[in-house]
Amino acid sequence: MSILIDEQKRVLVQGITGREGRARTVLMKEYGTSVVAGCTPGRGGEEVEGIPVFDTVLEAWEEAGPLGVSVLFIPAPLVKSAALEAIDAGVKLLVIIPDRVPIYDVLVIAKAAQEAGARFVGPNTLGVLSPDKAVLGMIGGRAASARSWFFPGPVGVTSRSGGITSAMAYYLAQEGIGATTLIHVGGDAVVGLPHPEVVKLFEADPDTKAVVMFGEIGTSQEEQVADLIEAGQFTKPLVAFIGGKAAKSGTRFSHAGAIIEGGRGTHEGKVQRLREVGAVVVDSFGDIPKATKEVLQKLDS
Amino acid sequence: MARLHEYQGKELLKKRKVPVPKGSVASSPDEARRIAEEIGDEVMVKAQVWVTGRAGMGGIKRAANPEEAEAIAQQMLGMAAKGFVVEQVLVEERLDIEREFYAGVIIDDRARAPVVIFSSTGGTGIEEIAREHPDKVARVEVDIVEGLQDYQARDLVRRVGIHGRLLRDLGGLVKNLYDVARTFEARAAEINPLVVTRDGKLYAADCRITVDDYAVFRHPDLGIEIAREFDRPPTELEKIAYQVEAEDYRGTFYFIQMADDFGRGEGYIGFHGAGGGGSMMSMDALLSRDYKLATYVDTSGNPPASKVYRAARIVLSLPGIDGYFASGSGVASQEQFHSARGFVKAFLEQRLSVPAVIRLGGNMEEKAIEILERAAPEIPAPLEAYGKDDTADFCAERLDNLIKEGKIKDLPMPAPRPETREPYTFESPTGTVTYDHAICDTCESKVCVETCVRQILKLEDGRPMLDISREDAKRGRCIECLACEVECQFEGKGGGFVDLPIPGLGEYRKSLVKH
Repeated sequence: MSILIDEQKRVLVQGITGREGRARTVLMKEYGTSVVAGCTPGRGGEEVEGIPVFDTVLEAWEEAGPLGVSVLFIPAPLVKSAALEAIDAGVKLLVIIPDRVPIYDVLVIAKAAQEAGARFVGPNTLGVLSPDKAVLGMIGGRAASARSWFFPGPVGVTSRSGGITSAMAYYLAQEGIGATTLIHVGGDAVVGLPHPEVVKLFEADPDTKAVVMFGEIGTSQEEQVADLIEAGQFTKPLVAFIGGKAAKSGTRFSHAGAIIEGGRGTHEGKVQRLREVGAVVVDSFGDIPKATKEVLQKLDS
Repeated sequence: MARLHEYQGKELLKKRKVPVPKGSVASSPDEARRIAEEIGDEVMVKAQVWVTGRAGMGGIKRAANPEEAEAIAQQMLGMAAKGFVVEQVLVEERLDIEREFYAGVIIDDRARAPVVIFSSTGGTGIEEIAREHPDKVARVEVDIVEGLQDYQARDLVRRVGIHGRLLRDLGGLVKNLYDVARTFEARAAEINPLVVTRDGKLYAADCRITVDDYAVFRHPDLGIEIAREFDRPPTELEKIAYQVEAEDYRGTFYFIQMADDFGRGEGYIGFHGAGGGGSMMSMDALLSRDYKLATYVDTSGNPPASKVYRAARIVLSLPGIDGYFASGSGVASQEQFHSARGFVKAFLEQRLSVPAVIRLGGNMEEKAIEILERAAPEIPAPLEAYGKDDTADFCAERLDNLIKEGKIKDLPMPAPRPETREPYTFESPTGTVTYDHAICDTCESKVCVETCVRQILKLEDGRPMLDISREDAKRGRCIECLACEVECQFEGKGGGFVDLPIPGLGEYRKSLVKH
């Protein structure tokens, strides 16, 4: 199995006629994603790579059938409106690719998603990929690259850095370890599906035997994962690397930030907290494959 | 984050009916005196710089009369405070303070909502108070759609033991503070201290507002020059780079100058990463070899070749660097040959004179490496290119070796670009593409048409021309892949050229020569 995406889910691409939308639609289609419709206001009736383009999401839904996922390739200032449109039409998973989406817009999207029972990945995400099944967004860049870099296996990969998402999965694959799903949670401070939400999904996926996580300084995502482990809500082995050790300190937003964080967010804090609850935190990025191999071997024995 | 000065924040608060002390901002001692005269009483003179602990460094002083205000302003203006130079002072009425509170709004990533915090004790050390006396601090999550309700604000204040008229007044003020934060899309908005005077009036005695970088474009009236937090004023190069970033939404371009005033041989490297995570590891690889960073640049998110070109040109405008290191995650999804062409154009134009190691691992890396290696013989300094199976550590080691070897090829100066005899020109989103059809007539390869990524060119009588309308090319059908110049230069006759202006860079470089 996999999480969030497989070859069955019917996918809409919002902004399909743009530079990125067009290019990544090719990738998604060739990799196996079932892209069934595109949407660009004012461009209804056109086709992109054989995929019909509609003026509104609702029209796409009515004409092309139910849509499980929407991938947004929309300029940041227009993301809020596009996301609300998809949520309103009934789409339950959004993948918001662009960066520089204003944070208050993200909060509004989060609220609407919560009320509608929908989820979103991103913003500022490379996307989600389930090896040999489907990809949402731009992981791999080209279907041929994605096919040669990743293959199915027992590890769930979650990362706060886009490039590292592919890098971790690739270096794991070089050591013979495949993945159920790779997910780039997004680089922004507020994201729709942070690490703790992702590991809960991996917990529920029977094929995921272990999770590999790339964390970073700032926010409390990694600490929340530790809380889940402690509470027994995430029970699979976790291999983690936390980036940003060399950085002077995380971006601090004044006293209020410090009050909210209450000491969370630092490199040492994250490493210590994860180790306390039994996660394997490696000190060097290059050690991830080896540590993962050991964790999987232990599971087998 | 884009921080506002105290006086700017207070102007916003005032507009939303949050009372602030009477006063105004001054840029000269004379102006400071006049403001003090107008206030007609004791005043406070406060340096307007983005640093904490101003009082401790003499940045906040009391003046008994206008003459004293003038003298204090004289001292403060031009004073350096943690790298910032004081250019303005705020002159305002002195408050007779009875009690101090704290009020703040911030976005909580866990709650995915704004949170309003109120403390019955304000002033310095608010974090410690929150830790040691949690009963003195209350917080409430705000529904982003509904906003903070009056009753929520009153209850927030009630929870730290405030009652009566003060509860009503503070509740109203906190609600207005939230509205300021929401309207101007603040990542954080704080009033500390929020004071009540002996005559029972409330004032925002100080405030710090930080606007979301990504929302700055919606608030041009705030006059924010660079939407990014610096712990010092932006450098000239940073201003130039920020313009490039602001005018081109395609992909990310992030530029920070990490050092100033350094020279060759001091071990400063122009660092150019792609993606935060991979960049961090690549920088560590340099730092562990005792190099220092001259720049931190990130071009990722599938930037066009033109953006990488501009980034490289800006980095190379720092005269003292000893090397150029480009390295990201190593397994990028973006098609790396775009970046390769951007680097090649910049390195050729600039006649790269320091060793460069470019690690462009990921999608289409073979092509990227080929493009860079093809250009290497034409560039005076050594240039090496690597892919995903070469670690950042290995690549940093290579750069180190190249710098130590110090081999620079003795290449003749290239002849200046001859005057275009039969120009054919069209505009790309951020530049101008020119063909000299007189040269094209001598070219048999027509590589420009074949390699144009978006296939927007055609041959007419053997000459390359747009196969789409000029408007479409300008609007973005031309993605500035730079194949029409770089491929033409190596595989054709050199008739194609893309002009990609970088406003301000020419002047900057000239100013360096003068020094």
